[in-house]
Amino acid sequence: MPSLPDMTTPDVVALAESAAAAQSHDPHVQDVDLKPAFFDWLCRMGDNTLILGHRISEWCGHGPALEEDIALANTALDLIGHTQMWLGLAAEVQSEGRTADDLAFLRDAMKFRNLQLAELPNGDMAVTLMREFLFDAWHFHMLTALTRSASPRVAEIAAKALKEVSYHLERSSDLVVRLGDGTQESHARMQEALDRLWPYSGEMFVADAVDDAVANAGIAPVLADLQPAWQQTVEEVLAEATLTRPEGRADVHRGGKQGRHTEHLGYILAQMQFLQRAYPGASW
Amino acid sequence: MSTPSDAQIWDWLAEVPDPEIPVVSVTDLGIVRDIRWDGDTLVVAVTPTYSGCPATAVIDLAIESHLRDRGIGDLRLERRLSPPWTTDWVTQEGRDKLRAYGIAPPVDGTASDGGTAARAARLAGRSNLVIACPRCGSGNTERVSQFGSTPCKASYRCKDCLEPFDYFKCH
Ligand SMILES: [Zn+2]
Repeated sequence: MPSLPDMTTPDVVALAESAAAAQSHDPHVQDVDLKPAFFDWLCRMGDNTLILGHRISEWCGHGPALEEDIALANTALDLIGHTQMWLGLAAEVQSEGRTADDLAFLRDAMKFRNLQLAELPNGDMAVTLMREFLFDAWHFHMLTALTRSASPRVAEIAAKALKEVSYHLERSSDLVVRLGDGTQESHARMQEALDRLWPYSGEMFVADAVDDAVANAGIAPVLADLQPAWQQTVEEVLAEATLTRPEGRADVHRGGKQGRHTEHLGYILAQMQFLQRAYPGASW
Repeated sequence: MSTPSDAQIWDWLAEVPDPEIPVVSVTDLGIVRDIRWDGDTLVVAVTPTYSGCPATAVIDLAIESHLRDRGIGDLRLERRLSPPWTTDWVTQEGRDKLRAYGIAPPVDGTASDGGTAARAARLAGRSNLVIACPRCGSGNTERVSQFGSTPCKASYRCKDCLEPFDYFKCH
């Protein structure tokens, strides 16, 4: 995690250590057996918010209305803030002297653990909003469950992030309803966006050995247990939006959590990581 | 110099303005959670308002340089996440200053819970959240956007005096 600025102590490693020492005590952070799964899972959390945050930030200066532009930029900022917390903890768990910034800027695409949904191109506002809504609904229920995590460090990040994500979900559901139940054009575009994104939404609930390990340790919920709450939120909003839930399977496209990505992630990283790749260690 | 009292340090902290809303101080906002001495080092615990708030680093720097100017050479800032910051911690004085500055202060207990019940009520026009216009005091106002010029604000409009204004949203 980026350390607090200190005008007299240039030693950032010592600063990070003293900052870490000031955090709540959490035995999970030093648990050697748990480390590989815990690290991977923290990367999943942080990569979701990093990649989606980056995607949403691409709208900055291009929003269809000033208020929307500002709302999208604010949402992106929240997500990047969450990234600092998740990847900061991931770096601490990994304990190889890396920082959140190192993880964000110096990993290759195969090492990224975000859902494929998060990396899909923005498309039009309908795709952007529908993607955000499907993600926000998951994010909201996931963070709610994580506030009861056996890991106090995870629980405190979740409690902080949940306050912001509640506003994200409120906004994206509002807009899905307004545009879904809007004009013929907006309705058609929202339905099209839903049909396109739906096959990516199931990845959120497909658990693997990493998910099982953190669930067994009481750090994270069993993913299948989150699904009914997500489904209820999604169905309520879609019904109000007069949109039809697609019939097909929701888990067609998956693999992001294991590092198998669409062709789009490489382009995001090329832009996001350029500076650190071209000028290693550059800072300001 | 002799070690300043805690009350003295809190007084100094109350002089540090928020970089984005300079009429309120960091103590008005309730983001300084704690001060303590670790040997000869003064430790100031600060909590971020929003996770991604770009002002966080500037606030830390402002606190640090202000205390150094007052003679505290050995100083460390600590970031505290838990319990998470809430607008309930904005002091009464802070709320009065916000209103005088043209920003409607937070209405406690109205933070978003992400719930669909609240959304349904709002869409049906049944929201009972009234944000008074900081300029004319009218309750006849409407929300333009849930997000405003900084992460902590929403955009509103007064339907009586017709002025747009910021609302420091409940968090
Ligand atoms: Zn007015």
